[in-house]
Amino acid sequence: MTFLAWVLLGFLIVCALSVTLTKNLLASVIILMAYSLVMSVIWILLQSPDLAITEAAVGAGITSVLFFVTLKKIHAIDEERKDQDEQKS
Amino acid sequence: MSKKAENWESSWQKKAEDWLRDGSDALDHAMISDMTESPAVPPEDVPETADLFEAKVHEDQVKEEVIYQKLHEHSVTKGRKHIRILYSVLALLTCFIIISSLLHVVLYMPVFGSPESPVVNEVSRRYIEDGLRETGAVNIVAGMILDYRAFDTLGESTVLFIASCAVMILLRRDHRKDGALEKGSLPVDYDIHYEPHYDPILQKSAAFLVPVILLFGIYVVLNGHLSPGGGFSGGAILGAALMLFRMSFGMKSTRRFFTYKTFSTVVFLALLFYASAKSYVFYTGGNGLESHIPLGTPGAILSSGLILPLDICVGAIVSCTMYTFFALFRRGEV
Repeated sequence: MTFLAWVLLGFLIVCALSVTLTKNLLASVIILMAYSLVMSVIWILLQSPDLAITEAAVGAGITSVLFFVTLKKIHAIDEERKDQDEQKS
Repeated sequence: MSKKAENWESSWQKKAEDWLRDGSDALDHAMISDMTESPAVPPEDVPETADLFEAKVHEDQVKEEVIYQKLHEHSVTKGRKHIRILYSVLALLTCFIIISSLLHVVLYMPVFGSPESPVVNEVSRRYIEDGLRETGAVNIVAGMILDYRAFDTLGESTVLFIASCAVMILLRRDHRKDGALEKGSLPVDYDIHYEPHYDPILQKSAAFLVPVILLFGIYVVLNGHLSPGGGFSGGAILGAALMLFRMSFGMKSTRRFFTYKTFSTVVFLALLFYASAKSYVFYTGGNGLESHIPLGTPGAILSSGLILPLDICVGAIVSCTMYTFFALFRRGEV
């Protein structure tokens, strides 16, 4: 159990660092989702299932969806795709 | 005041200011001497002609330009360098002070989980020992947030409602009274390009998933006093289900059951019920009257007094707010 907790905590730190270090906005939102998911598992390990449910629903679900919608609104996702297409051609 | 003025020339403030301005005084002197250096034209042979006057003006202009050049060079090279060094040193110092004071405070915090820590006081003991008897909720967390600390939860729900109102004010497309769009606002199908392309995979999977997610959300809301969960998490799950439905089937199909009117009615009624129910409880509790709300047998679905209806209220508020956020972010319309 302790080993699992250490692994998850290490994953959390790696996630938190890589969110700030990735240049791609879409990738950083997806990493934030993974962060929230791992965080909810840690809440269960800390014996607070209430928080785990809320973290999974709000952190991994709704926050990321709102981020995606915002990225679409400011055409960030389209721009990235266009760049990739240009690089390929 | 006079004392300060007397000592100002030799005081350390003056020196510090000089250093900050990087000895601009010396430059000032140089400028003044440059200006006055020019040999005064002897008055006897001043032919009062326009030519000579213009020549003098031109000469002054050149001199001025040289001085400006000097000043510019000075500020670009020497002054800026000093300021940059000072800035980085001060920034490092500030960071170091903040970090060290925070770390110092951490040293005095109680050990995690130690019995002497102030978190373990009579309040939490009371919650754990008497919570089941006083609130009738098997899930002690629900008893805490919807009974002992129900006022907090009312504030949270109100904050969510106000936030959704603010988002509506900012992002909703402007309408005239007859329902037509205002002149300056974008047309309704402006970003129809981003609406779902009626993807069959998404639609089939959503048709299977949405009822299941809705059922799970309702279960979490209704069992808030018996099992982990409650109004907030259940409401978030319900809101996620509504979002998935909207994403896969588009705005027209959600408009059949969810409009601005639904949002305002549901949220208003939920907040009103919450506030009035808790006012009743606070009034009776504060005046030592007997409250006529039965607690029921712990463990049954209809038990623990007001917690179940309040859970439903919070769930309704949260799900409506989450969906409204999403819809307004997406299209500017619910």
